[in-house]
Amino acid sequence: MAYALQQLINGVTLGMIYGLIAVGYTMVYGIVGMINFAHGDVFMVGSFLSLIALLALSALGITSVPLALALTLVFAAAIAALYGWTVERVAYRPLRGSFRLAPLISAIGMSIVLQNFVQVSQGARVKPIEAIIPGGIHLMDQGGFAVQLSWMQMAIMAITLFILAIFTWLVTKTPLGRTMRACEQDLKMASLLGIDTDRTIGLTFVIGAALAAVAGFMFLLYYGVIDFYIGFIAGIKAFTAAVLGGIGSLPGAVLGGLLIGLIEVFWSAYFSVEYKDVAAFSILIVVLVFMPTGILGRAEVEKV
Amino acid sequence: MTALRDAFVSALVALGLFGPLVGLVAASGEHGLSLHVRPVATAVVVGLVFLGRLLIVSWRGRNRRPIAKTNRARTERLSRTGQYIAPVLLIAAVALPFTGSRYYIDLGTLVLTYIMLGWGLNIVVGLAGLLDLGYVAFYAVGAYSYALLATTFGLGFWTCLPLAGILAALWGVMLGFPVLRLRGDYLAIVTLAFGEIIRIVLINWVSLTNGPNGIGGIPRPTLFGLAFSMDGGPGTFGGFFHIEPAVIQRIDFLYYVILGLALLTNWVSLRLRRLPLGRAWEALREDEVACRSLGINVRNTKLTAFGIGALFGGFAGAFFATRQAFISPESFTFIESATVLAIVVLGGLGSQLGVALAAIVMVGGLEALRDGLSFLGDQMNSPIFAGIASELPLYRMLIFGLALVVMMVLRPRGLVSGRTPGVALTKPKAIGPDLVAEGRG
Amino acid sequence: MLTVSGLTMRFGGLLAADNLSFQANKGDITAVIGPNGAGKTTVFNCVTGFYRPTAGTIVLTHPDGSVFPLQRMQGHRIAAAAKVARTFQNIRLFAGMTVLENLLVAQHNTLMAATGFGVLAVFGIGRYRKAEAAGMEKARFWLDATGLTARADDPAGALPYGAQRRLEIARAMCIDPVLLCLDEPAAGLNPRESDELNRLLLRIRDGGCSLLLIEHDMGVVMRISDHIVVLDHGKKIGDGTPAAIRSDPAVIAAYLGEGDEDEDRA
Repeated sequence: MAYALQQLINGVTLGMIYGLIAVGYTMVYGIVGMINFAHGDVFMVGSFLSLIALLALSALGITSVPLALALTLVFAAAIAALYGWTVERVAYRPLRGSFRLAPLISAIGMSIVLQNFVQVSQGARVKPIEAIIPGGIHLMDQGGFAVQLSWMQMAIMAITLFILAIFTWLVTKTPLGRTMRACEQDLKMASLLGIDTDRTIGLTFVIGAALAAVAGFMFLLYYGVIDFYIGFIAGIKAFTAAVLGGIGSLPGAVLGGLLIGLIEVFWSAYFSVEYKDVAAFSILIVVLVFMPTGILGRAEVEKV
Repeated sequence: MTALRDAFVSALVALGLFGPLVGLVAASGEHGLSLHVRPVATAVVVGLVFLGRLLIVSWRGRNRRPIAKTNRARTERLSRTGQYIAPVLLIAAVALPFTGSRYYIDLGTLVLTYIMLGWGLNIVVGLAGLLDLGYVAFYAVGAYSYALLATTFGLGFWTCLPLAGILAALWGVMLGFPVLRLRGDYLAIVTLAFGEIIRIVLINWVSLTNGPNGIGGIPRPTLFGLAFSMDGGPGTFGGFFHIEPAVIQRIDFLYYVILGLALLTNWVSLRLRRLPLGRAWEALREDEVACRSLGINVRNTKLTAFGIGALFGGFAGAFFATRQAFISPESFTFIESATVLAIVVLGGLGSQLGVALAAIVMVGGLEALRDGLSFLGDQMNSPIFAGIASELPLYRMLIFGLALVVMMVLRPRGLVSGRTPGVALTKPKAIGPDLVAEGRG
Repeated sequence: MLTVSGLTMRFGGLLAADNLSFQANKGDITAVIGPNGAGKTTVFNCVTGFYRPTAGTIVLTHPDGSVFPLQRMQGHRIAAAAKVARTFQNIRLFAGMTVLENLLVAQHNTLMAATGFGVLAVFGIGRYRKAEAAGMEKARFWLDATGLTARADDPAGALPYGAQRRLEIARAMCIDPVLLCLDEPAAGLNPRESDELNRLLLRIRDGGCSLLLIEHDMGVVMRISDHIVVLDHGKKIGDGTPAAIRSDPAVIAAYLGEGDEDEDRA
């Protein structure tokens, strides 16, 4: 019971990170209809940017932890957003309206570029950091097993919920959100109505990348170690989460992320760590076979 | 003037992008990580971006040229030249071992393996229009099937080759059965997930696969029972033909084996395209709903495409195992699937010649890059380049990724696009790519 | 021939077909007409297996007496076994394949059966050559009938609109249907093309294939159909010969109504 509760906490924390990445996938898919394969690597870039910002701030002598974290978060999100924008501008925009597979290959190419760029510029070795916010609160003790909710986990949950709240407000209440939703419904019609679709798509990538950077930042703080390869597997899992929740659906992405996080953590805790990814992917296959549009996805009606 | 301003903006963006990641390095030191500053490298990169952008913009004007539309006349011309290129390539392929250069024969073997994989995947993606991102899974199944059958039961390559192919095809059908009704990107992610599942199982099922350590001592193929061993005994190739045994004989033989397998793949796909099955695949790619209205069993037709594609993937896997004599899960990562898919897309979906050309360009290019970079690294023995010379080979994949992006932006429909119909009342005419669908499955 | 009884199709809250019953007789051209949103295409999609009706039965009887409950059959079996062919309102050709290839794809099941599981023919074994010759013969027949012979080797997507419509009909005929369902075949055709279409449809009917068509063009409907079913809001409001329909007050009110009222007032 206590053990399960601990796993629940861990799973939700991990799930929030996946959920934030998944939102980027699902937004881009909803509007442009392509798998942005480089998104996982933007997440990885985001975590490297966070690492560098933290080191730079400590070198500059900023000792206040909350201030340092806030600055790092803003910096990582801003630069990662620039990465997202550039990736779209260089690799996807010239291929807009082209054939479906060309942007996919271009995206895979971009993913390879980002991964190897970071490997070349920052080195292939893993980067460990010390725990920045240690400690936490004991929730309960049972049979010698202490359930702990660390400050870090609380921070992750709080930041995620805060970011998602801002994001939801952005999408549902602002003119930008309205144009984004219009583009999602019908890109061609939106452009006929005078919406600058290139700009809207660019902003979608910017927002998605910023969210991924927040996830990268939290990944760095939570696990305390990153390398240039973390984007690939996290990216696949986040995309799995987006599909699981119903691709194109924003709440679905978060829900899918939580599910993937929980599946992964519970599977590791009760069965085997080695096969945790197999579990996540198998559940994806099973869900898609029985619910071909995911959990919250809209059913596609076939017009004939 | 606009070019200058444009280049300046690009340089600013580049500064934002590369300032933090190139200019600042989180280097591991004695006391954990510390920050190193690299102003020169950053300036070089930003300067390169500035110059590159300036060149591009002034070269073709501020407004980018619309993506070149490959029209039908071009397709006609290409398919006509293709008639000459293909035999030339074939002759060159057959003649390659006579160069006697082990380097070129090894490279040729590698390229041919990818050509074969490309042709196999072309059936699935190019003809049937099903996006498969986990093709490497079938390659892995083929390789491990042969490796395990050979090392456990002592079966020979030629016995195992069909078995490996059939096992891969069975896996293809088993995966395809539930998931082929999924559309487009759902299918893509499921196949990707399947590829990862296979790889993780290979890593972790140590009792069967020996895990990450892989399987070694995989037997080499024989020529009608004649082994290519160095002792020159009576049962060996050298002994039988009374010639001095040499390693190059085995290398040549392996080369011809993969050439034969690749040509078999090509021949079967070309034959199938003229038969109802191949036509049904292409029809599925064009319009699934119309196919259903004509009484075509969509699911079974997709399954055959998936199964036959997997079959050739399995053959190629068995060959890979026998050639390397050692396999481990490391050889079957997503990057392999991506490379093969890139070969198919860059070649031009459905085009046999295009796939061959793309494989030569990409795999050959990657190898040339490897050699070129390490050569360059050796030349740079002046202390200025001390940091960068040893890292140069790492730039290989970076350049490869950039090349993928650039090639797609310049030629979104691949090198040889459009298709030639397999049947005609009078004379077959090439069909321009603007009409050919890509499939949504 | 075709007996639809109690056909009901519900999409969420929308009742697209409400307890519909009608018959299409053998050797007839039966037209289904009605205002936009009357449920015509829904009925069509139920008959051709693209939708599964919420309730009701659709029974097809072949001339040889065999009976097919279409509402229970898998989509592709309706074309393959029950021999019901269809065209689409927004033409669905295999645009990147040639006209001839389109017609050969339509004969897939027949040709496939001759290839030995699709595999033996790869090695040139079996009786595929003969089957293919027969298939080409049939394709040629329909190319002639639709006036497309000269364009047989052009991609279907490059044909002009009218020719695409005819090709779609030719393709449907290549499955040897007993019932051909046409969804607005005259839409977008000019008067001359429309006349050609009429002749083609009559020729198909005289060849022994029954037709079921949805059409907006009253000229086409009145001239060639033997029997008309009128739908409005998912319900049947009229059923009879063209002459009877023309004078049916309920039909006039619901369908031809508004225009005529204006004339009355004037």
